[in-house]
Amino acid sequence: MNPGFAGSVLIFGARSDVARPLARIYGLEGYDVVLAARDSHSLAADADDIRVRSGRNVALRDFDVLDTGTHARFVDQLDVLPDTVISLIGLMTPQDQAQTDFASADLMMRSNYLGLVSILGEIANRMEQRGSGTIIGVSSVAGDRGRATNYIYGSAKAGFTAFLSGLRNRLFKKGVRVITVKPGFIRTRMTEGMDLPLRLTAEPEEIARAIRAADKKRRLVVYHKPIWALIMLVIRSIPERIFVRLKI
Amino acid sequence: MILSGWGRYPAMDCETRSLRDPKEIASVLERSPSLIARGNGRAYGDAALNSKMTLLIGGCDRFREFDTTTGLIECEGGTLLSDILRVVVPRGWFPPVVPGTKYVTVGGLIAADVHGKNHHRDGSFGRFVESISLAMADGSIVDCSRSENSEVFAATIGGMGLTGIILSAKIRLRPVASGMIDETIIRAPSLQVLLDLFKEHDASTYSVAWIDCLAGGGQFGRGVLMLGEHAKATNSDGIAKETASSKRLGSGISVPIVLPISPLNKWTIKMFNEAYYHLQKPRKRRTPYNGFFFPLDAIHNWNRIYGRRGFVQYQCVIGGVGYGHALRELIKVARDMGVGSFLAVLKKLGSGNRYMSFPTDGYTITLDFPVCSATMTGLKRLDAIVAEHKGRIYLAKDARAPRELVEQGYPEIEAFRNLRRSIDPERKFRSALSERLDI
Repeated sequence: MNPGFAGSVLIFGARSDVARPLARIYGLEGYDVVLAARDSHSLAADADDIRVRSGRNVALRDFDVLDTGTHARFVDQLDVLPDTVISLIGLMTPQDQAQTDFASADLMMRSNYLGLVSILGEIANRMEQRGSGTIIGVSSVAGDRGRATNYIYGSAKAGFTAFLSGLRNRLFKKGVRVITVKPGFIRTRMTEGMDLPLRLTAEPEEIARAIRAADKKRRLVVYHKPIWALIMLVIRSIPERIFVRLKI
Repeated sequence: MILSGWGRYPAMDCETRSLRDPKEIASVLERSPSLIARGNGRAYGDAALNSKMTLLIGGCDRFREFDTTTGLIECEGGTLLSDILRVVVPRGWFPPVVPGTKYVTVGGLIAADVHGKNHHRDGSFGRFVESISLAMADGSIVDCSRSENSEVFAATIGGMGLTGIILSAKIRLRPVASGMIDETIIRAPSLQVLLDLFKEHDASTYSVAWIDCLAGGGQFGRGVLMLGEHAKATNSDGIAKETASSKRLGSGISVPIVLPISPLNKWTIKMFNEAYYHLQKPRKRRTPYNGFFFPLDAIHNWNRIYGRRGFVQYQCVIGGVGYGHALRELIKVARDMGVGSFLAVLKKLGSGNRYMSFPTDGYTITLDFPVCSATMTGLKRLDAIVAEHKGRIYLAKDARAPRELVEQGYPEIEAFRNLRRSIDPERKFRSALSERLDI
């Protein structure tokens, strides 16, 4: 039989490909689930699915990461402050577009970084007050070093990674855990049609399991696939004088 | 993307697209002049291959509703049977029909109108489908059932995905007291005894037999009959216990790579058969449903054991009075083929459904052969026996049967073609199989 009530989880970016398997995993482990996204009513079928699979309560909430003025009210209107909050929010526009069209770069900054500083900040402050909670931010390996092919997206993710790191540092002794998950390639709608290296590409289900495992094992920073930790270690350690000449 | 069926033969380079939500189907149908839906790729041959567009619908796997009082469940076409089992068994229900693997989708179960070990009593999966939401060639999405669009409904059951794309379906489950099966194992020293045993145990809910294709002389066609009944709950934690043991089984072992040279040959199979026959001591035991229904699921990627060129599974059903003679001939040919059949399964079937649905009155035999020229020649000899006895080839397993053989086995094939002409005049839904057999 399914386990009893284990807590509540709130997932931002609930329309992403990782959200569906992730919500199922948390539901099956006894979590009540809140899915937050724009036009959340369109996720009704996903909510039914989690209810049938897990027997848990599932709620839908409208949320727009760009509309930072609404964020405090969004959190206040939740039935409870969740035990676990996971952000899957991410937006990638092509580099050539972002470097010529500032509006595109601006949108990536606000989606991947600024908006998250706002909403996760609201949540972190309340969790700090309560003295418990877990915040999981899905960033990206692209934030580990700026590369010519993806540096605007990467710089937003770098900002987000640094934000999570600082937040973790601040709340570590307050009973609030902050986890950074850095995926490499994921086979999603965002990457459909792209020619991704098979061994470095994860299925959405894998990322979902990695997030849950990181939560359970109380990890701080997780790469997935794990090989990316090694790859990024190498890439970070290349001296800038050499790095400028590389095409990677 | 290079795709193949579970037999890993044939392999084809196919354009693919993943569908995650049935709502996206309209745009796919509009853009693709030729396509076939593919679930979890467990059809053995070329049924779910289309080089122009193979639509991967495994992402449409959401449950819609499960009424635990009536046992009616509704889910999307890409939902896996393994997920259904996980949801329904702890609540006292069981799928009405299960094939030999739980890693199949609802769409696949319907499109191949699969049979299980209870076919002689309960019929095939299609009998328990209440309704289907089908995306048709013209882009419309229609509900079909026995009372609404009944011909399309009947043709979709066993229709190999050629009537449309199964977006979702409602299925009637069977109530069970636990997830345990009371299994009885009986050894049959010869084919004749085995056939008699099937008749004697016709009242059993589940029955299936393993046969030793390589035994000769007085032991020709010897086998082991496995019977099963859903266990009555003897204690309140029967279901919990079963779930725990199924979890352990689920982890299983795996064939990590495609073996360059198959360890299976006539001699190793002969040794295996000898050992297996004698290890299957006649007995009764209570066993978790996973081990009873899905023994091969415990070995992930077992299809890799046949080596690089893959394998073909040959399954036919033979009815009429001459079935005993036909089965004897089939086993003899299989024995003499030199490559040997590792898996050989015999099962008595009951009455069938319409159109292209496979299971029908008679005995069905299933044989596996590694792909090689000797196999391909030998299979033609099997074909001749099947044709002589007006037998029927199972399309979900097939990768190479000649068109005439398939046609003579399906008396309603022309009616199916006509229906296809009326609902899909431009032949939007096509697979390598439908092109090969001109279905």
